Formats: sequence, C-alpha cells, structure tokens
Amino acid sequence: MIALIDYGAGNLHSVEKALRFVGADVRRFVSGDGLEEADAAVLPGVGAFDDCIHALNRQALLEATARFIRSGKPFLGICVGYQALFERSEEFNSCAAGLGVFRGSVVRFSGKDGLKVPQIGWNQIEMAKTDCPLFRGVPDKSYVYFVHSFHPQPEDDSIVATRTEYGERFASAVWHENVYATQFHPEKSQRVGLQILRNFINLAEQPPAGS
Amino acid sequence: MLAKRVIPCLDVHDGQVTRGVQFGRAESGGLRNVGDPVDLAVRYDEQGADELVFFDITASAHGRASMVDVIQRVAEKCFMPLTVGGGIRTLEDMQTMLKAGADKVSINSAALVSPELIQAGAEKFGSQCIVVSIDAKRSGDRWEVFSHGGRRTTGLDAVEWAREAVSRGAGEIVLNSIDADGTKAGYDLEITRRISESVSVPVVASGGAGSLEHMAEVLLEGKADAVLAASIFHFGEHTVADVKRFLAAQQIAVRL
Repeated sequence: MIALIDYGAGNLHSVEKALRFVGADVRRFVSGDGLEEADAAVLPGVGAFDDCIHALNRQALLEATARFIRSGKPFLGICVGYQALFERSEEFNSCAAGLGVFRGSVVRFSGKDGLKVPQIGWNQIEMAKTDCPLFRGVPDKSYVYFVHSFHPQPEDDSIVATRTEYGERFASAVWHENVYATQFHPEKSQRVGLQILRNFINLAEQPPAGS
Repeated sequence: MLAKRVIPCLDVHDGQVTRGVQFGRAESGGLRNVGDPVDLAVRYDEQGADELVFFDITASAHGRASMVDVIQRVAEKCFMPLTVGGGIRTLEDMQTMLKAGADKVSINSAALVSPELIQAGAEKFGSQCIVVSIDAKRSGDRWEVFSHGGRRTTGLDAVEWAREAVSRGAGEIVLNSIDADGTKAGYDLEITRRISESVSVPVVASGGAGSLEHMAEVLLEGKADAVLAASIFHFGEHTVADVKRFLAAQQIAVRL
C-alpha cells in the first residue's frame, strides 16, 4: 500500500488518480496514525512552502513524515513536497522550518532578462545520474510539466538526479537512498510522468534492503 | 528549454463540445456540435496536446454541474494540465473545479466585477491556479476589455488590466481577441505582444487561428508562451501533432 500524505494539497486528487492508473493501492493519510504500515509514501504539493509545513504540522503529519523517511522505505516528494525536504525557504515572509532531510534552501527564480515567473509548462530533464531507479526507461531530455516560482538549491550536489534549464540550471529532481523528489509534476506529465510513478511503485513492491 | 505550449480549447454546452462562430453568437443558433468532451480530450492527449482548456459556455448552475462531471471523467484518463473556465464566480466554484481534477481555473467577467477574487483565489489556491482571461477589442490604438462573453464594454485598457490582474496574483493570462476570434485570419499579434511584454507571467494567445503559420507568428512576433485554438483541431484540419511538427521546423521549442 502506498500512503498519500493528505494535508489538503491542491494536486492530491491528480496524484491519487495517476497512482491508481498505474496500478497502485493508494490510501490517504490525514494524520500520522498508521503511516508506518505503508510500503511507500508520497508527499504531494503545490503552492506555498509555509502553507505546506504548517498544514503538516497541524495534522501531526510532519513528525510522522520525518519518521517514515528515516524508516528507509521509498518516499516521493512532488513540487512543494520536494521543497519541504529542505531546511528553509526564501519565499516572502517564510519562517517555517522544512523537514531538513536535505541541506539547503528553497529559492526563487531570478526573473531576469524577461524570464517569466512562475515557470509554467513543459521543460526538459537532463539526467545527472544514470542509475536512478525513478527514471528507469525515461529518456534523457524528456519533457515534464512544471508549475513553480521556487526551487530548492541542494548544498550537496551528489543528490541531484536531474537538472533543468530555466534562466539557470536548477535541480529538478533529487535522489538519496530511499528519498526521491521532483520539482515537476509526474502526475501531469503524460506518458513520461506515468512511467516515473510506475517506477516508484515498483520500488515500493521490492522487499526492503536487508530483508 | 521551456517549450511553447499548444492547447486545444473545448467549449462545452450541456455536456457536449460545441463551437460558436464568433463572440456573442453562441446562444443565437451559431452552435456546431463537435462531440463528446472526454472522447475529444483523449484524442488530443494522444496527439500530444500540452494542456486542455474546458470552457463552460452556458455558465449556469446546470452547466457547472455537467462540467464537474466532464472534468472528473477527463482527469481519470488524461494526465496533463486541465484548465476550466466559464461561470466561475466564487472561491467555492474554484474549489469545486479543482477538486474535480482541474489544475487551473480561468476567470473573466467575475474578476472584472470584483478584482479581489483574483487575490482571494491566489491566496487560497496559489497563483499557479488562477488564470485571468481577457477579451479585448481594438479601439483606435488601444484595446478595450469586454466582459460577459464580449457583450459589454468595460472601458478598461487591456494592457493595464493584464498588469493589474498579475499584480493581484494571476499566474497566467489568456488573451482572446474579439476581432480575430472565429475569423481564421490569424491572432492579433500586436496586443498579444504588448501584453506579453508588460507582464511577468505566461501569456496564452487565443482567437483567430486559421493556419499553422498563424500559430508560429503569434509565438514569434506576438511573444506568446502558448497558443490556444479550437476549430482548427475540432474539425480535423490539423492535429496537435501537425502543429508541433510545423512549429519545430520553424525552430520553435515544442515538446514532440
């Protein structure tokens, strides 16, 4: 069973539909109760960093999410669910502390040279790692769908799984051990996105390392 | 590189896709039935559409209910961005559409009546959800904003209104040219460029597409970020894939 962490994120339904479409047994969690029973967890998100963190906190999901990540089971963060894995955001008036799984902060696109912010639309992902299981069968430079004004800047370059060019080259996906996260929306990225979600549920179906 | 988007627009009336000939004629017998919205959505998905826009042209309570059903069914099958417009007047209307599976809601007349709706929507759902759609008509060397499906003038300047909408939190602007709509004579390049150069968010050009060249023109000269079209796709003149291959041949970045 795949846990969908439900703190009211705008794309929750889309993520749920896409996961079901690729064959996942999805259960929504509005609190941390029983989250540890899931084989994998997905943290969706669109909108503001602080809203996400505060909502998780209110529903006692923040600590449960952190615990789940430490358990070593596959975890996927999407968009703001990716940003939430970092320490902090430079979003206007942001004061919430992120999950801090990865070091670094979430920064805004510069908007220089007439660059439109938010970035809305289909952009390419360049594979920074060739062995990331999330991108198995996904060709280099595939187009995926983005909607965001902010993106994380990981301090540790080695976690970067894909990069995308938008006025600057930013980390559009990361991978470290059991934690996968994408700035783009696989649930809205047609065939490529469905392949990524299928890869994720395949990870969830594999027996955990060491057992 | 961020690709330019090609977006089929589906005008929905009583659960069926229709196409009126021009602004204001939709209710006066100018409707042509095009087909089932879910079938069309799936067809455009297969052709490689970058996004789909559904527009409730009845804009009534009944129309809204059937639109919710359409969006729910499309969202089960098409895993791409979906936008809904037409008759969205309140935060509750927005929530209903987003819950049904829409990613963005497009507001027009309601934003003109109460511009605070843009802010309220952006605060509640995020700017990326809030599209402001502008119907503009040329008047001398300026473009005036019209409301209520192009029937009422507001006296507002289209460039000014676009700027204000963005400052209030709109994440995207759809610009419909009333003069060009339904003519198949090409998009209004000038107002598209003026607005695109005046705002920091993406601009979607709408109204007037009659050929592949028109689409390339409005992306290049009009500086639009996306092209929206209806009849060119509905009546089988061109597929989305045709458009993209043509644009790619003009060195325009598209997702193939």
